[in-house]
Amino acid sequence: MLNPFPRLACSLSNERCRNVAYQSLLALAVGLAAWYFAANAAANLQERNIASGFRFLWREAGFEISETTLFSYSAADTYLRALAVGLLNTFRVAVVGIALATVLGSVIGLARLSRNWLLAKLAASYVELIRNVPLLVQLFFWYSIITENLPAPAQALNPLPGVFLSNRGVAFPVPRPHSAYVWIGAALMAGVVLAIMLKRWAWHGRQGMDRRFPIIAAGAAATIGFPLALYLGAPLEWSRPALTGFNFSGGAALSPEFAALLAGLIIYTAAFVAEIVRAGIMAVDRGQFEAADALGLSSRQTMRFVILPQALRVIVPPMTSQYLNLTKNSSLAVAIGYPDLVSIANTMMNQTGQAIEGVAIIMLVYLTISLTIAAFMNWYNRRVLQRGGDA
Amino acid sequence: MIARANIYIGVVALLFLAPQRAGAQSTVDAVKSKGFIQCGVNTGLAGFSQPDSKGEWRGIDVDLCRAVAAAVFGDGGKVRYTPLTAQQRFTALQSGEVDILSRNTTWTISRDTSLGLNFVGVNYYDGQGFMVPKKLNIKSTKQLNGATVCVQPGTTTELNLADYFRANKMKFKPVVFEKLEEALHAYFAGRCDVFTTDVSGLVAVRASRAPSAADHVILPEVISKEPLGPAVRHGDDRWFDIVKWSLFAMIEAEELGLTSANVEQNLNSSNPVIQRFVGATGDVGKMLGLDNRWAFNLVKQVGNYGESFKKNLAPLGFDRGINKLWNQGGLMYAPPIR
Repeated sequence: MLNPFPRLACSLSNERCRNVAYQSLLALAVGLAAWYFAANAAANLQERNIASGFRFLWREAGFEISETTLFSYSAADTYLRALAVGLLNTFRVAVVGIALATVLGSVIGLARLSRNWLLAKLAASYVELIRNVPLLVQLFFWYSIITENLPAPAQALNPLPGVFLSNRGVAFPVPRPHSAYVWIGAALMAGVVLAIMLKRWAWHGRQGMDRRFPIIAAGAAATIGFPLALYLGAPLEWSRPALTGFNFSGGAALSPEFAALLAGLIIYTAAFVAEIVRAGIMAVDRGQFEAADALGLSSRQTMRFVILPQALRVIVPPMTSQYLNLTKNSSLAVAIGYPDLVSIANTMMNQTGQAIEGVAIIMLVYLTISLTIAAFMNWYNRRVLQRGGDA
Repeated sequence: MIARANIYIGVVALLFLAPQRAGAQSTVDAVKSKGFIQCGVNTGLAGFSQPDSKGEWRGIDVDLCRAVAAAVFGDGGKVRYTPLTAQQRFTALQSGEVDILSRNTTWTISRDTSLGLNFVGVNYYDGQGFMVPKKLNIKSTKQLNGATVCVQPGTTTELNLADYFRANKMKFKPVVFEKLEEALHAYFAGRCDVFTTDVSGLVAVRASRAPSAADHVILPEVISKEPLGPAVRHGDDRWFDIVKWSLFAMIEAEELGLTSANVEQNLNSSNPVIQRFVGATGDVGKMLGLDNRWAFNLVKQVGNYGESFKKNLAPLGFDRGINKLWNQGGLMYAPPIR
């Protein structure tokens, strides 16, 4: 007779069966916990007569936001748009911050390894001082430097023609929009594509380092040259800031809140980046320097072709966490009045009372940003590991 | 940062706390068994709630909590205070972190309905105003087009501000700070041209925080109605009644001429209204589930509404204005205690 339940032969003594059983139990427990919290929260909300759901996102926000990135926004727009403005403001400070913190951090990390005693000590004190003071304190410091020490708009400093520095931020001239700018953008894209193709070609055609094609110079020429040629041909008109009433109008401006947040994040994160860069370079065996020297490579060539490709393998993974930290730390913006995602979401939660939804949105957004950065950096890390890097 | 975390703690509480069943324990039972009232107040607004030099909380919002404690325990001292920012206040009440929210909070329909709160009444009738440095030489809010305005987020102030400028086709740039301290710091440093909040708040901060009070003017326009009052959680009618009638008792005491100084002598008053009030006759206290001398204790220990106003707000230069009693031309009116 056939066994009606042949699968029951699977017992806990079988390792595969045991794993499946344990994992199912764990999944069940997690699912139950999630269900419990959801049901509990729903019951609590209903019992306290607190509104729930995400419909409120399409209601009119009713509050103004001091600065926007790319988007326009007014108090008549929806909460959803307000959140998008906050998200883009977070992106703006995070993207610029990550780029500049990497540059500043690398410079300081290299300076700390310098043979120049003064430079090395200065870099070391920078790292020790900045790393050990809480970021929030530093933000307040930079913010009060700007607001307390700079004059009112009417007495604004004018360090360069058209540039005004006051406690309302920096106002500077920008070119007026012109139809030619679309073409300049297209030319920039074409230049980037050309530069990438050039690089591919140079990579495959390369036989040895001595016959290198000057890829950086050629790439830069393609990227910058085309748009520049068009730009110089276009009629150039400037929109200049001018004091009208309370503040400057015309031109473009950086607010004190943005400037203080950006400065704080860059300076703070750069201290950690510097240590990572230093550790990465020190992790390369001393013999590699000597071997490169013996081959007659210049110190630039040594750095580029011998040291950095190996150092990057050590540098990239911890750098990922610094980039994540910078992005998440940008939520301290709320303390100095920069309208980032958290600041807008906090206001929204308060106006609508829907705190659970608000916190869920914040968590989801930061999770998405963090996973995206992590995925990109992991991809880059694999690339560095596989190809030895082409820094 | 620690303070800001409160809103998130509130959210977590909503996730974890077991929901209360219908007919379950009222806040009044919980308060009686723990022996004190947890009162949510402002982080520091002179005249409303602010610690004095000895660390004792003072202000009319504080007095309301003390009045409830006197009514419930016969001891106005049985209160503990939780300072809350504008953004934390509702979550703190919703999640049960505080028993009463007595924090210059405007009563609006959306807060009364969708936030799960019940406002018990009004202890200060207010309106939103604007303060500017005198040297700007501005005489009216209509001249504020293009101004930078410091404001606290998550307030009715922030919404009224946007509404007002929209309605008058003017533009402004908001700079928002969660903490009053930061907002004031930015305004006094010149980061903003204008600071806006309820007129009471403007008067209080000009008197208590400005480097030189004479350098700042409050513009004559009042752009909104801001009835400020205490709130409790929705769905707890016994507690709601107790807090509501504690507020009314303070107002009624002023109307009856009862003060902390003379209420003792009035225990033997021949006036039947006063007899009922102090609990010499009738059983008003029992109806609330409290001691029959609840209102006597309240007036004896905290004083009537007028006393509280005089002690806390008058020294800062506040005028009674529309907060006078109804029979003196104001809006303060308590339903009869009988």
